[in-house]
Amino acid sequence: MSAKVITVTSGKGGVGKTTISANLATALAMLGKRVVAIDADIGLRNLDVVMGLENRIVYDLVDVVEGRCRLRQAMIKDKRQPELYLIPAAQTRDKMAVSPSDMILVCDQLRPEIDYILIDSPAGIERGFRNAIAPADQVLVVTNPEVSSVRDADRIIGLIEAEEKGPAHLIINRLKPEMVARGDMLSIADVLDILAIPLIGIIPEDENILVSTNQGMPLVMSSTNGVSASQAFRNVALRLTGQDVPFMDFSQKPGLRGWLKNLIGGR
Amino acid sequence: MSWLGQFFGKKETSSSVAKKRLQMVLVHDRNDISPGLLELIKDDIIQVIVRHLAIDPTSVVVNLNQDGPNSFLVAEIPLPGNSSR
Repeated sequence: MSAKVITVTSGKGGVGKTTISANLATALAMLGKRVVAIDADIGLRNLDVVMGLENRIVYDLVDVVEGRCRLRQAMIKDKRQPELYLIPAAQTRDKMAVSPSDMILVCDQLRPEIDYILIDSPAGIERGFRNAIAPADQVLVVTNPEVSSVRDADRIIGLIEAEEKGPAHLIINRLKPEMVARGDMLSIADVLDILAIPLIGIIPEDENILVSTNQGMPLVMSSTNGVSASQAFRNVALRLTGQDVPFMDFSQKPGLRGWLKNLIGGR
Repeated sequence: MSWLGQFFGKKETSSSVAKKRLQMVLVHDRNDISPGLLELIKDDIIQVIVRHLAIDPTSVVVNLNQDGPNSFLVAEIPLPGNSSR
């Protein structure tokens, strides 16, 4: 068994890469998979705080690459999931401390013992992005339904194809169905029409994401069901394992009301 | 949608404006052709045509269009003299 390497990237910053990486890694671990999440954002690490593991860091990715520790020593075991690990980024170095071939080496070392390696890419199209996609078997592009992140997603999709890592799969994050319904937000169909890559996830805007990030516990670990971001993450994780999971319906009026009811009634 | 738009019966929502603007800017991005370069191309086309035909330079339109995976440089050059028929 050899791990599948999945890179989460976006071009634009702030669209939800780290939140999605943490939740997909956790959701895959909850399915019984052996998972390693790698923070490739050297100098601006954040996957550790989103996963709630910031107090356990001793060694990081740069320590591994520069030979100061063994790979195993930099793998932080998750508090709750027995088969989930994080390799944190270095906070005091820059992206040039790691090369694309270093990333390929690290992943090749992990592959025999792991089912999924999730790489959280930094924003931008330079070295950090190149590092993150170099070992990827599959690339997930995150966008929000708004002009600047869709434009940057289009750029990054072109670069992924040029690196022969395509076709990238799209995650549309922070969808507000009520805004789409009144014509004030690009719809799923609009974004797919423009970007023309296969869709793998639609994540609705959900206040619970901030709550879970505050607590350092990825949202998928809490048991909200129905039309929620938590369920959306679990669906993406299942699709990554090859299962055919239908997309949640945000477009219908009853579905929207149900979603709102769920949002209000759930607390 | 603005109340003005609604008053005049326009169905243009802010999301359809966003989509049109995105489609326009992405044709330029994907082909690495800036609006400025398009202007230069247009001026050169006009210079060539006016050597042979009496066209109105202000009526020439040069655009980038996208149809599926293919992009097209489209020049519309209205010809004068249709009234002579």
